[in-house]
Amino acid sequence: MLEKLSGRVFLFCALLSVISLLLIVGFVFYKGSHPFVAEGYSFLDFIFGMDWVPSEDKFGIFPMIVASLFATMGALILGVPVGLFTAIFLAEIAPKRVAKIISPAVQLLAGIPSVLYGVFGLAIIVPFLQNNLGLVKGQSLLAVILVLAIMMLPTIVTVAETAIRAVPKMYREGSLALGASPIGTIFKVVVPAAKSGIMAAIVLGLGRAIGETMAVILVAGNSLILPTSLTDSVRPLTTNIALEMGYAFGTHQEMLFATGIVLFSFILLLNFVLAKIGSKGGK
Amino acid sequence: MRKFKDHLLRGCLWASAFLTVAVLIIIVGYIFYKGFRLIDFNFIFGDYSPVGHGGIWPMIVTTLYTIFISLIIATPIGILAAVYLQEYAKQGRLVRLIRYATESLTGIPSIIYGLFGAVFFVTTLKFGMSIIAASLTLTIIVLPVIIRTTEEALKTVPQSYREGSLALGTTKLQTLYKVILPSAMPGILSGIILSIGRIVGESAAIFLTAGTVAAMPDGIFSSARTLTVHSFLVTQESGDIELAAAVGIVLIVIILILNFLATFISKRLNKADY
Amino acid sequence: MGTTVIERKDGVRKSQMKQQSGGTKINVKDLDLFYGDKQALYKVALDIHEKEVTALIGPSGCGKSTFLRSLNRMNDLIDGVKITGDIMIDNENIYETNDVIKLRTKVGMVFQKPNLFPMSIYDNVAYGPRMQGIKSKKELNEIVEESLRGAAIWDEVKDRLKTSALGLSGGQQQRVCIARAIAMKPEIILMDEPTSALDPISTLKVEELIANMKKDYTIVIVTHNMQQAARVSDKTAFFLNGEIIEYDETNNIFSMPKDQRTEDYVTGRFG
Ligand SMILES: Nc1ncnc2c1ncn2[C@@H]1O[C@H](COP(=O)(O)OP(=O)(O)OP(=O)(O)O)[C@@H](O)[C@H]1O
Ligand SMILES: [Mg+2]
Repeated sequence: MLEKLSGRVFLFCALLSVISLLLIVGFVFYKGSHPFVAEGYSFLDFIFGMDWVPSEDKFGIFPMIVASLFATMGALILGVPVGLFTAIFLAEIAPKRVAKIISPAVQLLAGIPSVLYGVFGLAIIVPFLQNNLGLVKGQSLLAVILVLAIMMLPTIVTVAETAIRAVPKMYREGSLALGASPIGTIFKVVVPAAKSGIMAAIVLGLGRAIGETMAVILVAGNSLILPTSLTDSVRPLTTNIALEMGYAFGTHQEMLFATGIVLFSFILLLNFVLAKIGSKGGK
Repeated sequence: MRKFKDHLLRGCLWASAFLTVAVLIIIVGYIFYKGFRLIDFNFIFGDYSPVGHGGIWPMIVTTLYTIFISLIIATPIGILAAVYLQEYAKQGRLVRLIRYATESLTGIPSIIYGLFGAVFFVTTLKFGMSIIAASLTLTIIVLPVIIRTTEEALKTVPQSYREGSLALGTTKLQTLYKVILPSAMPGILSGIILSIGRIVGESAAIFLTAGTVAAMPDGIFSSARTLTVHSFLVTQESGDIELAAAVGIVLIVIILILNFLATFISKRLNKADY
Repeated sequence: MGTTVIERKDGVRKSQMKQQSGGTKINVKDLDLFYGDKQALYKVALDIHEKEVTALIGPSGCGKSTFLRSLNRMNDLIDGVKITGDIMIDNENIYETNDVIKLRTKVGMVFQKPNLFPMSIYDNVAYGPRMQGIKSKKELNEIVEESLRGAAIWDEVKDRLKTSALGLSGGQQQRVCIARAIAMKPEIILMDEPTSALDPISTLKVEELIANMKKDYTIVIVTHNMQQAARVSDKTAFFLNGEIIEYDETNNIFSMPKDQRTEDYVTGRFG
């Protein structure tokens, strides 16, 4: 009796995560699709529209999509190589004593609130760009990219390092015994063997970068223009939601949910692409 | 040629590691350098006031509230869900669905959780911008963390413990409470500590569900701001980097303590494991 | 399909069994067992006698453990196991009762590797009785001492009952496992290669113990060690590919096996 009942309770608890997911997806999609389904707004105009002026009933998020895309790509281009190389260094090359100090410290930094990276960005990176590049305003796409790249470093390093360390010793020994150099062994044997873990590290870092909101608000400048250079002030998708959610209502609020849907799809798409790249690299 | 390539790569590895470490040291160093002058007894335990840098006690209390409420809900649910997945379920479509849902929840960015919390807990359930709305949103955010770490911990419990106990004529439930969960406890606790870190670091979801009121909350139905949101707001609204950094120090110290606790507990309990 | 057969045969068998004096403790008929689609036991039939040691021998993978684990329904824990045929213990079909718990208190089990819980020695031995609801300190003390004495380990551990059980040597741990099983006051004890993880001296101790326990318990033991089977058992069953090839007095199995395959195996020519 008790056994049966407890089994049911456990099942219910497990189902709660399914229920939560359904609720989240349901609510966000219901709210976000409402303008297009019931109020006659065009979804294409929403995606490709250049102007976001809620007071004039203009809801175009193309500049934000571009900003999010550029910011994420830029952060990946800077953060992934540095992060992976650091992970390889810590796992394979660093003297044991050095790795023993650095690894936990980096792991710790993966846990500090991302807002602090934004605070640092605003206090140091933004003025630095402003002064050295002769900008009117240092808050820019480049500042976002730098902050995101730094922010994803600890995550990438920690996860990738664990993956590389998990590669069995015999792989290395096998390669070295065949006369390969230590560095050659690392890049030809160890890194490919840790590929799935490294992919996971990149996906996690990416997730952190693309979903980051508050740190980005501080350094993005938040202008509603289509970015054409790294020094333009930008407003990525996440930022748009956080900045306006506080006072939005009606269609305006629903359009913020629609922005959320786009962000959501964006993440699914990027993960999908990365998974594809990952599986191709394996063959 | 190959030698040259090897040297080049080795150089890149050293340079990258140096860069990473340098950047991270600069960030933490900067925050401590900027903020440490503000930190004293009154800053930590004083009430907030908009003039000067104000105390942060209300934000600390709010942060503790959110940790407490979300964990008190998420921990039992998460543990029991993991128990279901690892100990009770027959592997099949239902389990795959639950795993899929749990994984997907992990991948959702916090701003989306914020949107959901704002429309579901704040508006639909009429909690208003409040600690409770934020805590319930955080519950969903940390649930997958607790489920996953508990599952991992349950996986490490040797099958022989289960068989040994059941072969003595105990029920599944008795085996669970007396043998399996105690053995999995270190892993479960690390998961909970990890969740606390996640809650403390969260900003966007809380910003949209708890609001920004900078005062001591009257209870769980008042709007309030956590430490992390406070750090964000003082930077954004008044550019008070010193204050933001001082709050940042408090946050980093909390994370440090949590990490230390996690290591300590898992080491300690593993030993107590006889 | 199997169950209907069981039901029809049941009444008949019960009346037959009554006449067989107290001799037969476990009666297995037509036992087929599948792991998913893979059949692991084929029409196994066996009578195990009360207060005797019955050894199960055979090459690796032939189904000895599978058979043993079906006697206390430990196979229930594995997804996708299907069982047909019947196993009667004291004339009761163990797959027809719902009370697996009662079955397992009556049929104790000792595993290949000592599997003490991460608790003190005392708590390990008292674990089963406590789960049965025994709370009295005095009663538990008595059970623990009696069981540890029964497993010939009392003198070695009596001064460290409250210390971790995992600090004992492998051989000591295995005897505490036996004590833990005895503490349930079972009638039958199943042992799956109980000495395969032990050194020769510990093995001898456990074998002595088994010989002594025979007067109180019905013991079924799986072993890969021919000498061990010869030393400790009264009857021996030889398994091959999920079937019982030969079942007889241990002496006969080792000195004049009827089947060529049995002879090949016990003389070490294969397996
Ligand atoms: N959980 C399982 N799932 C699927 N097949 C199994 C399972 N357990 C055992 N088998 C299969 O059933 C057959 C009998 O296994 P069993 O463990 O009973 O052999 P055994 O005689 O005890 O061998 P050993 O001497 O190695 O312990 C083997 O072919 C084995 O692969
Ligand atoms: Mg076996």
